[in-house]
Amino acid sequence: MSGEHSGSLPVRIEQDVVLARQLARKLASDCGMRLVDLTKLVTAVSELARNTVVYGGGGDMDWQVLEEAGRTGVRLLFRDEGPGIADLKLALTDGWTSGNGLGLGLTGARRLVDEFELDTVPGEGTRVTITRWI
Amino acid sequence: MASLHGSTLEAIKHNHAQLLVQWVAALEANGATRNIKEQTLSQETRDFLQLLIDVLQADSGNDIVSSDWDEARRFLERLSASRAQLGHDSHQAAYFIFALKRPLFSLLQTHFSDDPARLAEQLWLISELLDTLGMHTIRTFQKTREAVIKRQQEELLELSTPVVKLWDGVLALPLIGTLDSQRSQTVMESLLQRIVDTGSEIAIIDITGVPTVDTLVAQHLLKTVTAIRLMGADCIISGVRPQIAQTIVHLGLDLGTLTTKANLADALKLALKRLGVNLGEQV
Ligand SMILES: Nc1ncnc2c1ncn2[C@@H]1O[C@H](COP(=O)(O)OP(=O)(O)OP(=O)(O)O)[C@@H](O)[C@H]1O
Ligand SMILES: [Mg+2]
Repeated sequence: MSGEHSGSLPVRIEQDVVLARQLARKLASDCGMRLVDLTKLVTAVSELARNTVVYGGGGDMDWQVLEEAGRTGVRLLFRDEGPGIADLKLALTDGWTSGNGLGLGLTGARRLVDEFELDTVPGEGTRVTITRWI
Repeated sequence: MASLHGSTLEAIKHNHAQLLVQWVAALEANGATRNIKEQTLSQETRDFLQLLIDVLQADSGNDIVSSDWDEARRFLERLSASRAQLGHDSHQAAYFIFALKRPLFSLLQTHFSDDPARLAEQLWLISELLDTLGMHTIRTFQKTREAVIKRQQEELLELSTPVVKLWDGVLALPLIGTLDSQRSQTVMESLLQRIVDTGSEIAIIDITGVPTVDTLVAQHLLKTVTAIRLMGADCIISGVRPQIAQTIVHLGLDLGTLTTKANLADALKLALKRLGVNLGEQV
């Protein structure tokens, strides 16, 4: 496995969403993640990175390869200093969108990973952490 | 700013031939000559050294943005472009300049061996000058690369929508890569246009080459299919691999209104059946 175990990637423009997906794909496959799980993780990354660009006004993706108690995983944190989410319950409702989306990005991403954590403060920003274990 | 000492220039002119030999050797040693003909390289180095001597002779100072440096700058811009075309990276391109440092430095070292203060001053000036010229090469190189990438992106945009006719009345659109908003717009338009032009009844959109199907891709697919149906034609999505199917389920996407198939062959079979084409019983 590569020597680097954590890092950060800017997620500012649409093109960065592609880079974020590519990085997640590489991290997951370097850890030996199965194709199905890898596809799920990459899809979740696509959703969260796009939210960061579209709603968060751009931010960063911190990545980390976890090795603890005999298990390996990939953890990703999407953080922005955008408007935050005023009504979290609404945002976490299948099909709800404040824009032109399908309103499935957040809820879908949550179902695609093992751990999902969302912190948001209106006016300060949003942080979403996801983890997928192998 | 202090300018180059007259005797520095004299030394350079005097040792012109030797400098060129050492310069070319340094370039070769660093792999900055890949795919460049020996003759071209020797022409380039000779021309540039001459340009350099000419400008320094005119005592134009180190400010390479000034018009005295026009010709030298243009030379480096042409050089960047040709290096980009040869597939070199920006470092290899800029090394053309940086490789001149060592030969020049050792020349000055010998030349000013009894005047360390002057040596230091002249080394500094030459070094600063070469750095600026090298940076200019990198900058232009990047600009050239960006232009090339932009052109390729535009070409790809057109290339990536190769709508093919599989059968009378059946069109297929094999999608490859990322479906960003601009591309999906182009894709959708060209497919709809071809359906009209050919009077096709069934369109197959094959997503085998799309690595990630997220809500944005799904939304584009749904819109395209709706438009196709509004035109009175039908659409089949093929290339839904097992991992994609599972992801779509977890994502919560409802693609229930779409007809999907695992691969293009199955999609074609279905299309032909719908058109009433007899495939023979042995299949
Ligand atoms: N980083 C963020 N900053 C601010 N608001 C956000 C952020 N991420 C999500 N939201 C809000 O939560 C809503 C739901 O997000 P979600 O990703 O589920 O759906 P969507 O982006 O609207 O549509 P899609 O299904 O295409 O992702 C968004 O419409 C937006 O209002
Ligand atoms: Mg979203």
